[in-house]
Amino acid sequence: MTTVIDVHAHFHTPSSNRSDWQRYNASRLDAGDRIGVVCHVASVLGSWGATSPTYFASPDDQTRANDWMFDFADEQSPRVKAWVAVNPNYTAHALAEIERGIARGAIGIKLAAGRRADDALLDDIAAAAAQYGVPVLQHIWQHRRRDWPNQDASDGIELARLAARHPRTTFLLAHIGGGGDWAHTNPAVRDLENIVMDLSGSGIDRGMIDDALRWVGARRLLWAADLTLCTGLTKLRALPYTGASDDDLSDMYWRNAVRLFPAGAFTDALSRVGATPGATV
Amino acid sequence: MTSSSMADTRPVDVTSWIGGYPFREVPHPDPEILVRVLDREGFAAAWVGHLPGAFYRDPVPSNRALYTAVAPFAGVLLPAPIVRPDWPGWTEMLRDAVNAGAPAVRAYPAQWGLGPGHPAMAELAFACGEAGVALHVTVRFEDLRQRHLMDGAGDVPAATLRALARLAGSHCHLVVAGAGRELIEETHWGLTPPEQQRVFYDFGWVWGPPEDHFAHLIATIGAERLAWSSWWPLRLTQQSRALVDLLPPYTPSPRAEPNLADGRSIFGAARCAAKSRPAAEHRAGTTSATNR
Repeated sequence: MTTVIDVHAHFHTPSSNRSDWQRYNASRLDAGDRIGVVCHVASVLGSWGATSPTYFASPDDQTRANDWMFDFADEQSPRVKAWVAVNPNYTAHALAEIERGIARGAIGIKLAAGRRADDALLDDIAAAAAQYGVPVLQHIWQHRRRDWPNQDASDGIELARLAARHPRTTFLLAHIGGGGDWAHTNPAVRDLENIVMDLSGSGIDRGMIDDALRWVGARRLLWAADLTLCTGLTKLRALPYTGASDDDLSDMYWRNAVRLFPAGAFTDALSRVGATPGATV
Repeated sequence: MTSSSMADTRPVDVTSWIGGYPFREVPHPDPEILVRVLDREGFAAAWVGHLPGAFYRDPVPSNRALYTAVAPFAGVLLPAPIVRPDWPGWTEMLRDAVNAGAPAVRAYPAQWGLGPGHPAMAELAFACGEAGVALHVTVRFEDLRQRHLMDGAGDVPAATLRALARLAGSHCHLVVAGAGRELIEETHWGLTPPEQQRVFYDFGWVWGPPEDHFAHLIATIGAERLAWSSWWPLRLTQQSRALVDLLPPYTPSPRAEPNLADGRSIFGAARCAAKSRPAAEHRAGTTSATNR
């Protein structure tokens, strides 16, 4: 079985607006086990709309969500790690949550769509990421041509502006298969080496991964699933037919994740399957 | 369908095409590549359409290109040509399809502007039922969020599908491609049990874990309503197999797979219904008065 790290995962909580949250979480973990996911790097976006909007989570909802996520990562260790999610509209709260989250074991910062990626309000958060040595996972709408309801979606160009202002921070551009025109994203971020991209999303267009490989290369692509592990498995099975070398495949499956996140973040998870990150970096 | 493909127990893909797509490049959409991919992904054969023809006005040149392209691969690439029922000469298109051994014909009501209950679509459904070929309707080619500005056709709504399935006295076997859970449920549960038996859903767009829509549909509408597909050349062909492999443990495992439908079983049912020509199942459905 292929070893993979899912760098874009989500879980639900008792505060989510769905009664089957435990079934949902169990299904994710079970499917992950069958696919070969050794670690889910996950976040919870507030109450998922129950008491404040998913992409504009209130500070209280986001604190509660992060608490649940940190506890769940502890409980499921080492197969679950946490992103600390923040709403950039509340700068002081966001920075405090980041400090608290890193102390609780979070290994990255999750930004959804509460503000455009090139907004000045994200500068303090991007600087904090550099200070703590963790990446930022930014929700992206591939080629945003208009405003979409319930989110201030950003696209590759907007993230590129932020990445240019913060060359010491690594940004993980979310889900190239997650909606919008993925072909637009590749040239938008090609020259920003501190932007890497995850392959997640329900989109499984032929040509999408090949195009990303051509534009940014395997060292800047990370396998992930987001909301649909079925399309994650499909991409996992399709990757060997892209012409990528075995080394490139291992990079996309898990080695890029080892490089991206703080040292040792996946050592325990990988040791369970005999992978040796130190020998391959 | 040839005897060799009938002997092959691997599923027959109900949704694939050859040819280019007008709104983005699709890699090498050539029939000889499709043949290799089908074998690699565990399909015995495929119902194959001509992708550019979905966007033509007159389907005849598209069908001509399709018949020529798949001829060298008879038994594996099974033509599923277009029949446009609001176009002059459509009955000849259907006759040609039957003569070419097509297991199904394709219709694109959204691209042609034929809304729910359009009499031309009803006529086509009746004719397909009589001819013993399935009627294949593509709900969408791409996710709504990524469509080209010039692609304004929209999705085929459930109302169109229900109207086709409800035609009183029709024997038409309908295959719906590109539907997610909501559209499938809105169609299936809006039909009587006899009507439900003539509708199949390509499951390639249904979500697996952790939402588990696919497992839910197997448990509720039944595996026999859900059909294998590859969606080549538009989408990665591994998706149907991935969905089956990720079914939760409480549903049959790959060693005891659910009894899913495929092109072979659907074509068999369509032919059987045409031969037996049973009396109308009920009189409650939409009438066939279509005098256009």
